[in-house]
Amino acid sequence: MTTLILRTTARLLITLLLLFSIFLLLRGHDNPGGGFTGGLVAAAAWTLYTIAYGTKLSRHALRVNPRSLTAAGLATGLSSGLVSSFAAQPLFTGLWFELRIGSRDILHLGTPLLFDIGVYMVVLGTALTIIFAFEEEQ
Amino acid sequence: MGTTWVPELNINLSFALDGLSAIFALLITVLGTIVVVYAGPYFENHRDLGRFYVLLLSFMASMLGLVLSDNVILLYIFWELTTFTSFLLIGFENENKEARKNAWQAILVTTAGGLALLAGLLLLGRIGGSYEISTLLANGSTIRDHHLQLPTLILILIGAFTKSAQFPFHFWLPNAMVAPTPVSAYLHSATMVKAGIYLLARFFPIFGNTETWFYVVSTTGVLTMLTGSFMALKQTDLKLLLAYMTIMALGALTLLLGIGNKEAITAAVVFLIAHALYKGALFLVAGSVEHETGTRDVLKLGGLFRKMRLTTLAAVLGAASMAGLPPLLGFIGKELIYKAGLSLAGAASIIFVIIAVVSKATATGVSAILAFEGFFGVPTIAIENVKEVSPGMWLGPCFLGLLSLGFTLFPGFLQDLIIAPAVSAMTGTAANGIGLTHGFELSTPLMLSILSVGLGLMIYSVWRRLLQPLLNRLEPWIHSWGPAAFYNHSVAALMNFARFQTRILQNGNLRSYLMRVFITIGGLTGFTTLYYSSISWPQELPDIAFFVWGILVLIPIGAISAVLATSVLMAVTSLGVVGYAIALVFVFYGAPDLALTQFLVETLTIVLVALLAMRLPDEYDYPLSSMTLVQDAGIAIGFGTVMALVLLTVLKFPFDPYLSNYFAQNSLSSGNGRNIVNVILVDFRAVDTWGEITVLAMSGLGAFALIKFVKGRAISE
Repeated sequence: MTTLILRTTARLLITLLLLFSIFLLLRGHDNPGGGFTGGLVAAAAWTLYTIAYGTKLSRHALRVNPRSLTAAGLATGLSSGLVSSFAAQPLFTGLWFELRIGSRDILHLGTPLLFDIGVYMVVLGTALTIIFAFEEEQ
Repeated sequence: MGTTWVPELNINLSFALDGLSAIFALLITVLGTIVVVYAGPYFENHRDLGRFYVLLLSFMASMLGLVLSDNVILLYIFWELTTFTSFLLIGFENENKEARKNAWQAILVTTAGGLALLAGLLLLGRIGGSYEISTLLANGSTIRDHHLQLPTLILILIGAFTKSAQFPFHFWLPNAMVAPTPVSAYLHSATMVKAGIYLLARFFPIFGNTETWFYVVSTTGVLTMLTGSFMALKQTDLKLLLAYMTIMALGALTLLLGIGNKEAITAAVVFLIAHALYKGALFLVAGSVEHETGTRDVLKLGGLFRKMRLTTLAAVLGAASMAGLPPLLGFIGKELIYKAGLSLAGAASIIFVIIAVVSKATATGVSAILAFEGFFGVPTIAIENVKEVSPGMWLGPCFLGLLSLGFTLFPGFLQDLIIAPAVSAMTGTAANGIGLTHGFELSTPLMLSILSVGLGLMIYSVWRRLLQPLLNRLEPWIHSWGPAAFYNHSVAALMNFARFQTRILQNGNLRSYLMRVFITIGGLTGFTTLYYSSISWPQELPDIAFFVWGILVLIPIGAISAVLATSVLMAVTSLGVVGYAIALVFVFYGAPDLALTQFLVETLTIVLVALLAMRLPDEYDYPLSSMTLVQDAGIAIGFGTVMALVLLTVLKFPFDPYLSNYFAQNSLSSGNGRNIVNVILVDFRAVDTWGEITVLAMSGLGAFALIKFVKGRAISE
């Protein structure tokens, strides 16, 4: 399946898909998107890369073992929920703070975003665990 | 003193110290210190010494918590913690199959009793109106008059009896002797097995004077005493001898608490201390002997007094106290037991005295076996190279022996500071004139003592040649008819049943798993839907735009195409059409998030299955019989029909906008986001989502394992 056409288009598409996945992740709180869909798009990007270039290069590009990514995602999600307990709030209470950028723009940052990043990592990690395993069996 | 923990469930971290818990707390800390010191040289160079100390100290903390709790639920939690740490300590040598098996036996028997205890404690709290022990003790008469008093008492007794190895639950205790000897000394003679005794003593003021209590508790005590005495005489292993003597002692304590007059309670308290001192010392001595000679068989041992003088001193003091010889605490304990028996009236007194004399005679016999066979006599093994153990290992046992001697020579301290408060905590009366300081006048108890010592020496004189071989003949009978056999049969039956149902339910055929899942879900849902609500066709069809109709037509086309497909890839792609069409419907009805997710999941599913399909032959290579086809079609159509019926039923009910309005209103104000779906996922229901991603991660790992871990092949990463 590693044809020249696929390889060439894949390179272009992957960049766009990954950017799009991060876009989905970050806009998710106010507009359609979020960690789950973002993670799925990222998984699709990586799957495309895997089909075009093989698992060896794909693993190399990911740099971490997908199972470690899954575990790190779970830990990130959990720790985002634990933060609130240090502020004497019930577990998984969203905590927010505002970052003033320039004179006019305010950036809302909060533990739910961290949680969504955790979801993103778990979805990507799980999908890649399975896909790599399948591909390597052939 | 205390603080709330789970106030909704009446669980408080409340602790209380009275005379009774003080005795136990002292035994736990003093013996704990000695065992900690002893274990260092005993486990010298053992690779798991660190684990041992972690477990031992965890046990000590749990046991202290148990005797100091003032809340019944808290007490139960500590109770189970001691069971659990005991399990880990019995199985300490976890590479030994026997150790693992016996650890399981201990935890199964004691947790079974523990569950009964939990039920009993909950009932007690319910009828006593409080879960605080101090309040319950004040409400004794309310509890006694309640109609649920009997089940409460029985459940609590089952808990106490399993923990304290009472007949017929005694068999786990000798098996627990596979534990390292310091563990046996600490948990299985001095402290943990006394937890049941503690529980009986704790609730003695509530139940102590009822008729049920008297008959059940004292009968159990008698049976346990006799079992312990009888079984002890056939053992030749030092630890097993001591273990059965522990069972006997626990039976004696139970019997005394069952009788429950002031003499008996005093005797119980004194004997409790005496037993902990001498049994702890003797177990440690047994450990030292095995450590130096490599055997625990009394028939092989002998002459050790020349080599191990200080250990012999501890052994002799311990054995003399167990035999009830003056001037040791065991003597006073025994005298008090006889006194308690003589304080009864009529036949009960005679029965009691006979049983007491028999068991005390056995104790004397066993003491003589331990001391003479072990330390004097002629060994059958080479003992030239045996040397005295290091100070850490003789210090503790000697200290315990001397403590026993000191308490007897200067009884005032023990009586005023330790025994009197405990007796008054249990009987509610001031305990004056306990009579530790009685002289050596020729009283009836003293004569009974002399009688039992004489009988004990007779037992010893015939033991080696006659009694032990004779009792050993009974072994097969006990093996096939004792309570342990019942336990073994039950466990075997459970395992067989587990194997049987695994064979039936988990036969490894994916098709039959799916079939069962669909039939179960469809059957139950269909039944509920048809039984509880009537089905009616909607009166009017909603107004659907013509292009949506176009999409809707795609769904059945995809489904039919999937059914008729002749290859896996074709079937999967057809199902993909169904999924995309549904996603489009979501788009038109204002659920962009759902649509987005649906699109992505469909895409990834198709890619995954396509990857899989490349490994499979393109055509279905196994012909399905027409029978199977009909069956599968039936299940599929049935399941689809049920789902349609459920949807029709749901449509009949008016849509309740409460939740969606709530989320719409609060999403921005409390969740700081405008996308309601996402705010629900990451904020309002973040715990659920975390659970879901955990499931996702686990299923990913499961799939990984299924693909990678093929039998007989190394994993390549």
